[in-house]
Amino acid sequence: MADLRSEFVGIKSPNPFWLASAPPTDKEYNVRRAFEAGWGGVVWKTLGIDPAVVNVNGPRYGAIYGADRRLLGLNNIELITDRPLAVNLQEIKSVKRDYPDRAMVVSLMVPCEEEPWKYILPLVEETGADGVELNFGCPHGMSERGMGAAVGQVPEYIEMVTRWVKASTRMPVIVKLTPNIADIRKPAEAAMRGGADAVSLINTINSITSVDLDLFAPEPTIDGKGAHGGYCGPAVKPIALNMVAEIARDPELSHMPISGIGGVTTWRDAAEFMALGAGNVQVCTAVMTYGFKIVQEMISGLSEYLDEKAMTSVDQLVRRAVPNVTDWNQLNLNYVAKAKINEDLCISCGRCYAACEDTSHQAIAMSEDRVFSVIDDECVACNLCVNVCPVEDCITMEAMTPGTVDPRTGKVVEQEYANWTTHPNNPAAAAAE
Amino acid sequence: MESRNFARLRPIGGQLRMKFHSFEIILPVDKKIIPWERYSQQQVTAGVCSMSQKVFEPGIAAGRLEAEAYAVQFSDLHPPLDQHEALVAADRCYFCYDAPCITACPTDIDIPLFIRQIATGTPDAAAKTILSQNILGGMCARVCPTEQLCEQACVREAAEGKPVKIGELQRFATDHLQEQGKHPFERADSTGKRVAVVGAGPAGLSCAHRLAMLGHDVVVHDARPKPGGLNEYGIATYKTPNGFAQAEVDWLMQIGGITLQTGSALGAQMTIEDLKADFDAVFLGMGLGGVNALGAEGEDKTGVLDAVDFISDLRQAEDVAQVPIGRDVVVIGGGMTAIDAAVQAKLLGALNVTLVYRRGRDRMNASVFEQDLASSKGVRIVNHAVPVAVHGNGAVREIEFEYVDGEMNGTGQMLRLAADQVFKAIGQTLQGDALPALEGRKIKVDSTGRTSVDGIWAGGDCASGGDDLTVTAVAEGRDAAMDIHMALVG
Repeated sequence: MADLRSEFVGIKSPNPFWLASAPPTDKEYNVRRAFEAGWGGVVWKTLGIDPAVVNVNGPRYGAIYGADRRLLGLNNIELITDRPLAVNLQEIKSVKRDYPDRAMVVSLMVPCEEEPWKYILPLVEETGADGVELNFGCPHGMSERGMGAAVGQVPEYIEMVTRWVKASTRMPVIVKLTPNIADIRKPAEAAMRGGADAVSLINTINSITSVDLDLFAPEPTIDGKGAHGGYCGPAVKPIALNMVAEIARDPELSHMPISGIGGVTTWRDAAEFMALGAGNVQVCTAVMTYGFKIVQEMISGLSEYLDEKAMTSVDQLVRRAVPNVTDWNQLNLNYVAKAKINEDLCISCGRCYAACEDTSHQAIAMSEDRVFSVIDDECVACNLCVNVCPVEDCITMEAMTPGTVDPRTGKVVEQEYANWTTHPNNPAAAAAE
Repeated sequence: MESRNFARLRPIGGQLRMKFHSFEIILPVDKKIIPWERYSQQQVTAGVCSMSQKVFEPGIAAGRLEAEAYAVQFSDLHPPLDQHEALVAADRCYFCYDAPCITACPTDIDIPLFIRQIATGTPDAAAKTILSQNILGGMCARVCPTEQLCEQACVREAAEGKPVKIGELQRFATDHLQEQGKHPFERADSTGKRVAVVGAGPAGLSCAHRLAMLGHDVVVHDARPKPGGLNEYGIATYKTPNGFAQAEVDWLMQIGGITLQTGSALGAQMTIEDLKADFDAVFLGMGLGGVNALGAEGEDKTGVLDAVDFISDLRQAEDVAQVPIGRDVVVIGGGMTAIDAAVQAKLLGALNVTLVYRRGRDRMNASVFEQDLASSKGVRIVNHAVPVAVHGNGAVREIEFEYVDGEMNGTGQMLRLAADQVFKAIGQTLQGDALPALEGRKIKVDSTGRTSVDGIWAGGDCASGGDDLTVTAVAEGRDAAMDIHMALVG
C-alpha cells in the first residue's frame, strides 16, 4: 500500500490533505473533529491584530447549483477570524499539543507595516505551530482596509511583507496568492524574491453568485444590498489547476513548493493538483458541503490510485503531468482525430446532433430511426459532442493513423510532429525562413 | 379478523401514527404521508388486514371494510410531486433533440421544453406549453399510460430503465396553474360561427375549447347529468380523486363561448339533422354508449353487471363504503376498464377477485403497469379462457370458462369460478341511428376528423382509428377543431 505521508516545506503530515484557512478551521472544536476524521493538517483560519473584525449578521454565503441542488460553487463574504487573538492562540497550542503528528499552519493577516508582523509572529511561534501562511488573497472586506488581496495584487508588497516575515520567524512561510490578477507568475516570483518557502493557491475569486430578481440585489443580500465575495468550490478548480501549472512549469519558479487549493472535492481532484505540481492540497468547500468525513474517501482513493500506478509515495505523483503542460504553439498540428459514436452505448438523446448541427460543424448525421453517426468529411474533432453526451465513453476521439487520408482535408495524415511555429499559414514562420 | 390488525390513523402531538399488526410507523404530520395502500398492500393482498368480519360474508354487500379504510384505499394512486421532488425529477431530463417523448405523445406536447420550464422555476409556463397542445393535460397526466407512451420513449428508459417522470411532472405543472384558477388562453374575437359538439368527454371538450378559443360559439350536448364523459364516469376513483374531473371542466370553460347542455342525448333531445340545420358545423364525440354481451348461457342472472356501470357508480357515490361488492368477484375482459373494475372490487374488500381474459397477457389492452397494479392488489389474472355459462339459481353463483388456444379454439378444458358478482368489460359499442358512414363499428373519419357527411366531424372513441385513450381523444378533438376552423373561416 502506498505511503501517503507527506512532507511539505519540512512540515510533516500523515497525508497530503490539509484543510484550508476558512470557517472549518476557525476554532479548536472544529479542528479537533477534523483531526479525528483523519485530516493530515490544517491551516488555521486567518488571525489578525485585536480588536477582532466583525462579520455581517446576515447571510455570508451564496451558491450555484448543478442538478439536484449539487453545490458547484460557493461565494463568501466572511472575513478573517472574528475571535480574539489570545483565544485562537491558546486553542492552536492546545490542539497542536494533542495532535503533534498533524500539520498546524497558521494563516495571518495584519496591516501592511512591519511592526504588526513582528508583534504577531512570536506569538504564533509560541503555540508550537509548524508554519505560517500569509493571507494575501482575501478579496473582500479586508482588501478594502489595505490587507488581503490589496497586498496580493501588488508584487512589490508581497515581496516586502514576505521579507519582513522571514526576518522575524524561524517558521516556514507559505504565501497564499490571489487569483484576481492577470498573471499568477508575477506574485509568485515576488514571494520567491521575498524568501517564501512555498506558495499556496488559489484564494477565492471575486464573484457575485446570483441576483435576487425580486429585490434586484446581488446575493447574498444584506438588508437589500450585496457586495462581491470570494468564489470557491468545484466550479473554480479549472482556474486553480491552470494557475498551479503556470507556476510549476515556469523555469524560474519550478523549484517553488506549491500547496494546491481550489475546488478540491475528491481524491481525484487532489491527484490532479499534485500531478500539476502541488506538493499537497488544501480543502474547504467540499468539507463545508459534506463534512469532514470525505477525507476517508480521499485517503482510500489516492492510496488505491498510487498502488495502481505502482507509485510508493505521494512525491512520485507530484509534477508528473508538468512536462506535458505546454503552450498552444507547441501542439502537434499533424495530429488528426475523429469523433466516433458507439451505437451500442448510444441512448439516442441527440444532444451531440443538436450541438454539432446548431453550433459547430454539421458533422453528425441523424437517421430516421435516431441512429447518430459522425460524418468524417466534416468532423474537426472539436470534442463538443463528447462533452455534451450524457453517456460516458459513448463518444470517443479516435486518432487517425499516419499515412491515411483525412476525408475532411483530403490530406495524408503525417507521422511527423509539426506545430504552428513552422506552419505555412504562420506569417512569423514564413518570415523566419 | 380482529380489528386490532386494522390500521389506525391518529394524529398524536404533531405526529401521525400508523399502526398495523405489531408495527407502528410514526410520521411527522408536516411530511408527506406515504399512502396507506403502499404499506398495507401486502396485508390487503393476503386478506388479513383492513377487513371486518364482513369480508367472509357471501353475496353482495356494502361496507366490507372498516369505515376508516375507504379513504386510504381510494386515495391518489400517485401522490403529487412536491416542489423538491419535481425539481429533482426535472433535472433528469436531457432536453433531447427532436425528443422521442414528443413523438410518442399523441398530442405532441413539447415535453423537454415544459420540463425545462419546471426546472427553471416557471411551472405556469410549463403548464401553458402542455395545455396549448392538450387542454386536458391535467387529466392525461393522471390517466395516460405513460409507460407505453412518452416514458417508454424516454432515452433514460433506454439508458437506465428509469425514465424521467414525465406524467408526474406534467401533473405538477398543470396542477400548479389550475389550482390558482388561472386560465392561460384568451378567446379570439367572435367569428359569428356556431358549432355543435355532441359529447362532453375528452374529445368533445378538447374540440369545444379549441373552437371557442378561435372565436366560434360552441354548444356542447351531453346525455349524462355531468360533463366529462369517461373522465367523470369511466375512470377508477383512485386515479382522479377529489373531484378533479369536474374542476378541470370548470377551469376549461373559463375560455368562454361554450354553452353546456347536459341531459341532452343524440336521438332523444336532438338529432344530427337538427344540429346540421342549426349550426355551421357539427362535431360528434359521444363515445361508445353500448356494452358488448358475453354470449354465454345464463348471462341475464342477477349479479352479472357491466363494469362501466360499476366504475361509474363508484365515481358518483357520495360514500364508496355504500357501494356493494361481492365476496367472489369475476371480471371478464383485458382492457383498462377490466383492470379498473377488478382493482376497485379488491379495494372495496372483495375476498377473491379474478380477471379473466380470452387471450394472453401480451394481447391485453391494459398496460403492463396496470396489469402489475392489479396483481399487486391481489387480483388474480387468468388468461386464455372464455366464458361459456353463468350458473346459479336466479343470482350468479359460479361462472364457467373454457380454456382456448392462441387461435381461440376451445380446448375442452373447463374452469369454474365461484362468483357472486360478474363484471363484463369486453368492450363497448357505438350506439345511434342515422350516423355518418361507419368503418367497422365506428364512424369513419379522415385524419382531420371529417366524416362522410359534409359539415360533420367526429373524434374520440366513437370514431375510427385511435387507441381509445383519453389522450388520443383529446388530440382528435383538437385536430378536428382546427379543420372545422379552416372550413368555416379559411
